[in-house]
Amino acid sequence: MTARRLFDFPGLGWRNPFAELERMQREMDRLFGDQFFRSGWPGLHAGVFPSVNVTEDQDHFYIRSELPGMAADDLDIQAAGNSVTISGERRIPAEGDNVRYHRREREAGKFSRIVTLPNGADMDKVSAGLTNGVLTVTIAKSEATKPRQISIK
Amino acid sequence: MSETRELQVREKQEVNVPAEQTRPGLVFSPLVDIFETDKDIVLLADMPGVSTDNLDVDLRENILTLSAEVVSGKGENEQDILKEYAVGKFYRQFTLSEVIDQSRIEAQLTNGVLRLVLPKVEKATPRKISITS
Repeated sequence: MTARRLFDFPGLGWRNPFAELERMQREMDRLFGDQFFRSGWPGLHAGVFPSVNVTEDQDHFYIRSELPGMAADDLDIQAAGNSVTISGERRIPAEGDNVRYHRREREAGKFSRIVTLPNGADMDKVSAGLTNGVLTVTIAKSEATKPRQISIK
Repeated sequence: MSETRELQVREKQEVNVPAEQTRPGLVFSPLVDIFETDKDIVLLADMPGVSTDNLDVDLRENILTLSAEVVSGKGENEQDILKEYAVGKFYRQFTLSEVIDQSRIEAQLTNGVLRLVLPKVEKATPRKISITS
C-alpha cells in the first residue's frame, strides 16, 4: 500500500528513474558537442557517402540508405562476390536564372560505396526498392547458412 | 556546373525541439534550399522516409513549421549489423519576412524531397515605378 502510494505520486520522479541520467547526458552533449557522446549514434562511420544501415533477419540481409531526391534511374546497384556496390549521382536541377538563394544546404554530386556482407549471402537473390527517398537492398541468405530444425529419429 | 564532385558524408543534424515531445525519439533538422523569385518563395527540404501522410506543414503568424514522422522500414525481427545513421523525426521552423498568400501554397513530396511554393501576396512583388517628369 505504501509502496503503491509512493510510486503513484507524481512528484517523486519514480516513473523515470533514468531522468537524471538523461539530463546529465544532455549536459555532456552540450559541453562536448561531439558525435561520440551523442545518443543513438554508435560512432561507427565509414566516411563514405551514403551512410548505410545493415540489418538481418532469419532469411535476409537488408542494406538501407537515405537518398532523398533520387530516382531509381539515378542509382546503380551491383552485386559481386560478397559485396554490394551502390553508386549514382544526385542531381539538383537549376532553378532558373532569376532566383536568389537564402539557403543552400542540399548538395549534388557523385558517389560510390561498397558494402561487404557477412558470409552466407546469396548474391543471386538480390532485390532493391526505393520508397520516399530510402533505398532498401534485400539479399537472401543462402540455404546452407539458414538455421535448420534437426529432427531426432 | 562543369564538373560534378563527390558527395561527402554529412551527419544528420540532431535538434532540440522547443516543445517537449510526447513520444520519445530522435529529432533531426532537414537540409533545405530556400530561394526566392519575384513571385514566390520556394523551399526544398530533404526528408528521406517521409510520406505525405506523416508530413505536417504549418504556417501561422509568419512562422513556417515543418514536422514529419518517419516510419522506419525495419522489420520487427531484424537485428542491426551495421548502423551508420539513425532514423527519427524531422522538425524545422522558419520565420518568413514576406507576406504569403496562404490560399495558394503548394506542397509536393517526391522521393523524400519536399517542394513548397509560397506565393507572395501581390503587394510584395516588386513593381517598376515609372517616373514622370
